[in-house]
Amino acid sequence: MRYLLRRLGFFVLTLWAALTLNFFIPRMMPGSPLQALRDRTHNKLSPAALNSLLSQFGFDPHQNIAVQYVQYLKNMATGHWGISIGGSLGVPVRKLIGQALPWTLGLVGVTTVMAFLLGTVIGIVAGWKRGGLLDGIVPPVFVVTSALPYFWVALLMILLFATGTHALLPNDGNYTNGLTAGFSGHFIFDVLKHAILPGATILITAIGGWILTMRNNMITTLAEDYVKMGRAKGLPSWRIMTDYAARNAILPNLTGFAMQLGYVLGGSILVEYTFSYPGLGYLFYTSTTNHDLPLMQALFLVYTLAVLVCVLLADMLTAGLDPRTRDA
Amino acid sequence: MSTAAITSDAGPLDPTAGHHGALGRLTQAILRNRKATAGTVILLIVVFVAVFPGLIARDDPQAAIYDQSVGPSAQHLLGTTQLGQDVFAQLIWGTRLTLIVTVVVSAIATVISMIIGVTAAYVGGLTDRALSLLTDIFLILPTLPLLIVLASYLPPGSVTMIVVLTLTSWAFQARQLRSQGLSLRARDFLAAARVRGERTSYIILVEIIPTMTSLIVASFLGLSVFVVGFAAGLQFLGLGNSTELTWGTMLYYAQQGGALEAGNAWWALAPGAAVAFMGAGFALVNYAFDEIGNPALRPVRKRRARTTA
Amino acid sequence: MPAPLLEVENLSVSYLTDAAEIGAVDRVTLTLNAGEFLGVVGESGCGKSTLVFAIAQLLSPPAEITSGRVVFRGQDLVQLSDSELRHVRWRDYSVVMQSAMNALNPMKSIGAQFKDTMRAHDRVSPDAIRTRSAEVLRLVGIDAAHLDSYPHQLSGGMRQRAMIAMALLFTPQLVIMDEPTSALDVVAQRSLMTQIKELQQQFGFAVIFVTHDMSVIAHYSDRVMVMYAGQVAEIGDTRSIFEQPLHPYSKGLLDAFPSVRGPRRPLTGIPGSPPDLGRPPSGCRFHPRCSEAMAECTTTEPALYTVGDTRVRCLLYAEQLRDAV
Repeated sequence: MRYLLRRLGFFVLTLWAALTLNFFIPRMMPGSPLQALRDRTHNKLSPAALNSLLSQFGFDPHQNIAVQYVQYLKNMATGHWGISIGGSLGVPVRKLIGQALPWTLGLVGVTTVMAFLLGTVIGIVAGWKRGGLLDGIVPPVFVVTSALPYFWVALLMILLFATGTHALLPNDGNYTNGLTAGFSGHFIFDVLKHAILPGATILITAIGGWILTMRNNMITTLAEDYVKMGRAKGLPSWRIMTDYAARNAILPNLTGFAMQLGYVLGGSILVEYTFSYPGLGYLFYTSTTNHDLPLMQALFLVYTLAVLVCVLLADMLTAGLDPRTRDA
Repeated sequence: MSTAAITSDAGPLDPTAGHHGALGRLTQAILRNRKATAGTVILLIVVFVAVFPGLIARDDPQAAIYDQSVGPSAQHLLGTTQLGQDVFAQLIWGTRLTLIVTVVVSAIATVISMIIGVTAAYVGGLTDRALSLLTDIFLILPTLPLLIVLASYLPPGSVTMIVVLTLTSWAFQARQLRSQGLSLRARDFLAAARVRGERTSYIILVEIIPTMTSLIVASFLGLSVFVVGFAAGLQFLGLGNSTELTWGTMLYYAQQGGALEAGNAWWALAPGAAVAFMGAGFALVNYAFDEIGNPALRPVRKRRARTTA
Repeated sequence: MPAPLLEVENLSVSYLTDAAEIGAVDRVTLTLNAGEFLGVVGESGCGKSTLVFAIAQLLSPPAEITSGRVVFRGQDLVQLSDSELRHVRWRDYSVVMQSAMNALNPMKSIGAQFKDTMRAHDRVSPDAIRTRSAEVLRLVGIDAAHLDSYPHQLSGGMRQRAMIAMALLFTPQLVIMDEPTSALDVVAQRSLMTQIKELQQQFGFAVIFVTHDMSVIAHYSDRVMVMYAGQVAEIGDTRSIFEQPLHPYSKGLLDAFPSVRGPRRPLTGIPGSPPDLGRPPSGCRFHPRCSEAMAECTTTEPALYTVGDTRVRCLLYAEQLRDAV
């Protein structure tokens, strides 16, 4: 229990660090992004509206920085994320994020979980059967695939399946324009069609890392005495593989897995960009090209939160599975 | 009275043992491991191309004088860009900057993580906890989003890229380095140094770090795999310096120029493949390093038929 | 005379690595009768653990049995398939390892580990499992409440005893013990040894006890086998070996242990260190360190010669009646 509390404390601390970074970086930059902001929105927002927006982010030059900082923290924590000043000028940031979130959750969330589960299972089996065919093929193949950049695989997918007159699958968007959204079979099918390529991209690139770490952990665990004991006791193979080997091998990985999630999230930004898939990643990208500060900051917060939540979940799982941490 | 010498000296159980020296042994280890060989060859190719691009590609990569968006042909191995530049030339000449950025970032990041990791391990106490906390925070912050945020605030250019990439990647290996530092801390040779009265900084720099060379090299290699990808990713999104020629910026222009749909697909695929190639090179060498260091991970020999007496 | 419980014939084990083949155990032959306590002693690296794991069919790559037979209750274990072996494992022979902290699954409670063993061999009701588990724990002096404990929650000595209890779940005929007392302090060692001997006398199982410390088994074993460089150096009655060691190596080992009683004498060790098994010495493997080496020791490999009830691999006894190996 104490362990979890400590982790929670760390979680909050990291969040605070991310927010603080977000606050101070624009201020430390050469030139004045704020001035650029004013210039950009000159014709679109009234100065009063702009000022109230800026003060939400603590950019109020009339107050001292400590007050601005506190105000900023309060706003971020309570979901007052301001309005977009980029492409969708004036639209509340929360709304934009809310629209994009389900798409990313669906695409990235599902494929990441799949990659993790599949990767773990393949890794377990590959590590278990040393010297087998699987063990010979797996490391070199996945060492290479895990080094492949996300966007390149995305481009390859597009090239192979989505260009030319015989395109099998669509290469951008999340559903065909003009279709009415809803739970009709036709719509859902269309959504899936659009999700296959980006999903496959993420799956292919993410799975390699997990397979390899799981396999290596499995191999190290298999050398342990208690696995030998399992054999000595005449336990059936599958039980040794799961109960004795895998169960112990997974543990050091769990938190590592969660942290690798940050990397996968980053990759998903690239994938969404390449496929023009309107999820959070695409939003993030457009917010940077538009210098849409409020949106960018809010998204960074969302991403950090996502990783932290996963790490916390992984920690809870570790504590739940490993009797040694419970007593620590 | 037999004080006879022991029959065999503790040499490597290697029938080809006869090569002496660290370089010889290293070459041996590399040649024996297929992954290491492949990876090393890849990296050597990349370095060669980076150093002598003129030997391989005659064309000026920036000269926009050819037919536009043409596919691969004998004259243009990888076709041309939307502006009429030779893609192959761009790929070859772009190698240098790509490699430089990667190596510089990895080197600096490794040095930083080494200093932080080992200091945390050796000094211990509050310093350790503070440094570890710092490391953990940086580890958790999602890299690409952070990269994007930082890069979009700073003026574009290679220096920005290097700074930004270093900031986000130093934390990756700091934990491992700290662990090894911790295990070394208790060793006798360090106690000897302390007794001699050496300063902490001396001990860290002169005693501990050289002992950790293999982990440091592994860190450098592992980091490079990521840096290559992240750098290219940043540039692909247009956040690098678009005026400099690297594989990443090639990808950016290819995407902007609609290479896939309307033009020369190789314009987009080639630099990406090159990034993957270099990344794979680092990854293979790194993985093989793991295997060389930890024999348990090596491929297992086939079992032979049992014989009965 | 009833047939021996275990007959090991010409057992050889090698480590097959990329670089070379290293012979860890070289043509070992031994016989064990029911209820016998055999101590296996030798320096680190002499192959004693490899030998017993080979007997128990528990080797892992790159170690492999390259030749020989292990006939246990009439069956050659080496020839059995994995599924056939599984029937025999734990029921007829079990294993106790050196460190219970490493040998017990840290994720499972003691009771759970007992349970999966029993379940693996039979359909047993949960009640019967619980009863039997409590029973074996009581045998080693542990309260049944600890069935729900995890290994890290027990003390070192308790863990070790729990391991022994587990080994007795099916009251097997043979228990192989690989240095089970090495991780304990001297007092705990003694207490554990006494317990083991009592259990042995109560249930009549045979024991193969591996140790690098001869004094541990001095009072408990019926016979002792001294190993050197993967070979049997000497094997015979405990008494004979301790009182009149024949092989120069055995003599060296015993000389290294001071006696609490008796006159003081200077301690002697055995000069040098064990050979590299990748390239063992020619002739007798011990000759480089032997104070009684003769000329032919460098060229002729000694066989196991019989001297009274003892068999010894040393050319000093070659004129005696040979017992071919």
